[in-house]
Amino acid sequence: MNRSFIARNPSVLIFLAILALFTLVVTVLSEGFGVGLISTSFVKVLGKTLCLCLIAIAMDLIWGYTGILSLGHFAFFGLGGYMIGMWLMYERTRLIVVNSLSEGVLPPTPEEITAGIGNQIFGVVGSSDFPLIWAFADSLVLQLTFVVLVPGLLALVFGWLAFRSRVTGVYLSILTQAMTLGLSLYLFQNASGLRGNNGLSGLQNLPGVTAPQSVVSLWFFWASALALGLGYLLIAWVVSGKFGSVIRGIRDNEARVRFLGYSVETYKLVVFTLTACIAGIAGALYYPQAGIINPAEVAPIASIYLAVWVAIGGRGRLYGAVIGTAFVSLVSSWFTGGQAPDVPLGFYTVKWVDWWLFLLGLSFVLVTLYAPNGIGGLIDLLKRKPRETDV
Amino acid sequence: MNTLLEVSGVTVSFDGFRAINNLSFQIADAELRAVIGPNGAGKTTFMDIVTGKTRPDTGHILWGDKSLSLIGMSEAKIAQAGIGRKFQKPTVFEEQTVQENLMMALRKDRASLAVLFFKPSTSDFERVEDLAEEIGLGEALLRVSGELSHGQKQWLEIGMLLAQEPQLLLVDEPAAGMTPAEREKTTAILVEAAKTRAVVVVEHDMEFVRRLNCKVTVLHEGAVLAEGSLDHVTKNQDVIDVYLGR
Repeated sequence: MNRSFIARNPSVLIFLAILALFTLVVTVLSEGFGVGLISTSFVKVLGKTLCLCLIAIAMDLIWGYTGILSLGHFAFFGLGGYMIGMWLMYERTRLIVVNSLSEGVLPPTPEEITAGIGNQIFGVVGSSDFPLIWAFADSLVLQLTFVVLVPGLLALVFGWLAFRSRVTGVYLSILTQAMTLGLSLYLFQNASGLRGNNGLSGLQNLPGVTAPQSVVSLWFFWASALALGLGYLLIAWVVSGKFGSVIRGIRDNEARVRFLGYSVETYKLVVFTLTACIAGIAGALYYPQAGIINPAEVAPIASIYLAVWVAIGGRGRLYGAVIGTAFVSLVSSWFTGGQAPDVPLGFYTVKWVDWWLFLLGLSFVLVTLYAPNGIGGLIDLLKRKPRETDV
Repeated sequence: MNTLLEVSGVTVSFDGFRAINNLSFQIADAELRAVIGPNGAGKTTFMDIVTGKTRPDTGHILWGDKSLSLIGMSEAKIAQAGIGRKFQKPTVFEEQTVQENLMMALRKDRASLAVLFFKPSTSDFERVEDLAEEIGLGEALLRVSGELSHGQKQWLEIGMLLAQEPQLLLVDEPAAGMTPAEREKTTAILVEAAKTRAVVVVEHDMEFVRRLNCKVTVLHEGAVLAEGSLDHVTKNQDVIDVYLGR
């Protein structure tokens, strides 16, 4: 009676196959390893899109399945980016400083090297001392751990406070907005130790790696595809069994779940923290492809876009979140990237950079009104009926 | 018979209004009991207090052989201790199948990690099938519960309660909105359930209470007005004045 998880969820296998095929096709067409039909910068756009899809399925888990409209998950995404960015920037700067100091007559002392790195990194904010939070920036292993740990810990503390007080619905959404706004404002300060509004830059360069960007971009593209595949598998597994039943129950009738004897607050906290960790990983893969991260990235609007992507793709179905995010973010970068031709109307010229947001807003309204299940809802029409063993 | 639940001297006020006023109440461990009373008598508040939704201002609520105090325990903990509750409106998880609803309610470890790695065994599936049979939904296991009729949803919810294997079942107006045939079936389910556990039915409908054929407690203004057989309480002058006379 107990068929395996994959056999019960054929859509997971289909998704993974499509993702693998897509990765292969992009690789074959790329400049780094293929015929060069896809430019390196477009490989980066696609890689970043995969990272956005990863945070989108996390958003679908917390919103679509558990019913918690978090409008703050980009805070976790950004923190993941900052954590990996610190190591990338530190290590690359260290190599440059060591290199330039070694041209002198005497070999540089460790103090001179540290001072040199400090000057290079923090000169823009008028400082040269290393803030305490950079204490482990020289360790890739630790910073990679922080990619998961720091967003996870923030989510755990924030979620514990919010869920314990039974804050729900729109009030929770507002709280999460406040959280990401607070983080953004904090990071804007030069004293935050993360270079204020300059953010961390040069993240596209891997320290000690001489391979050209056309190759490095593919490494990140593959890593993003792998992360999305694993994340999809994990979340699909989480929502497939009894745990999935419970969280969907929380979404539809919290009190009932409570009187069944489930500690609703604990389940919410588990999902909130898990999705924050996934968001952190997505961010850590995204920003090295973007090359730069600054506090504007975790502004409240970013998390709202995330909700819009998932809504357009269709909540409560993981492939919907992926489709919505890929579609909207790619179309968005086409319109805002200056590639979309302006439309001269004689008396007025429609510039898409300005008008794209109206188009996005309009499509959001239309989806909400006429296709509440989003683009993914169309796929559901093809889905089979549930079977007896689907528990 | 042992006392299963003992409520003594409980008072609850909402903004100065005493919803429950020095209420004392006892249930034995395999007993069917009907609680009746006019609107605002405190029937639902009584359930809220026992299940942990509302915290009383004063009084004691003692549970089971060990006289565990339920005051201050979370709803989930109280449910795990063995008190099941059925709401007035049928509340089942409408997007999930009858099978999923029952499987979720089945008495198992409720901790999140245990649930995450839970794999239903053959005996779990059989237990769910038996329960579905018991509530007349044996043929509907794979139906999405949102598609069920009003009466079937009520039964499914009762089935979920039975799946929890509680020692005490609190049932809020189970017969509301049911056809006569459905009422009969509901009566049978509740009477059967009361053979192995305590069942408290809050009900408005006198005809339904008569069918249950059990001890009746009349609530009025948050306190017990009368207690005994239905015939006994309906002859009580106080009861006639506040409830039946209207």
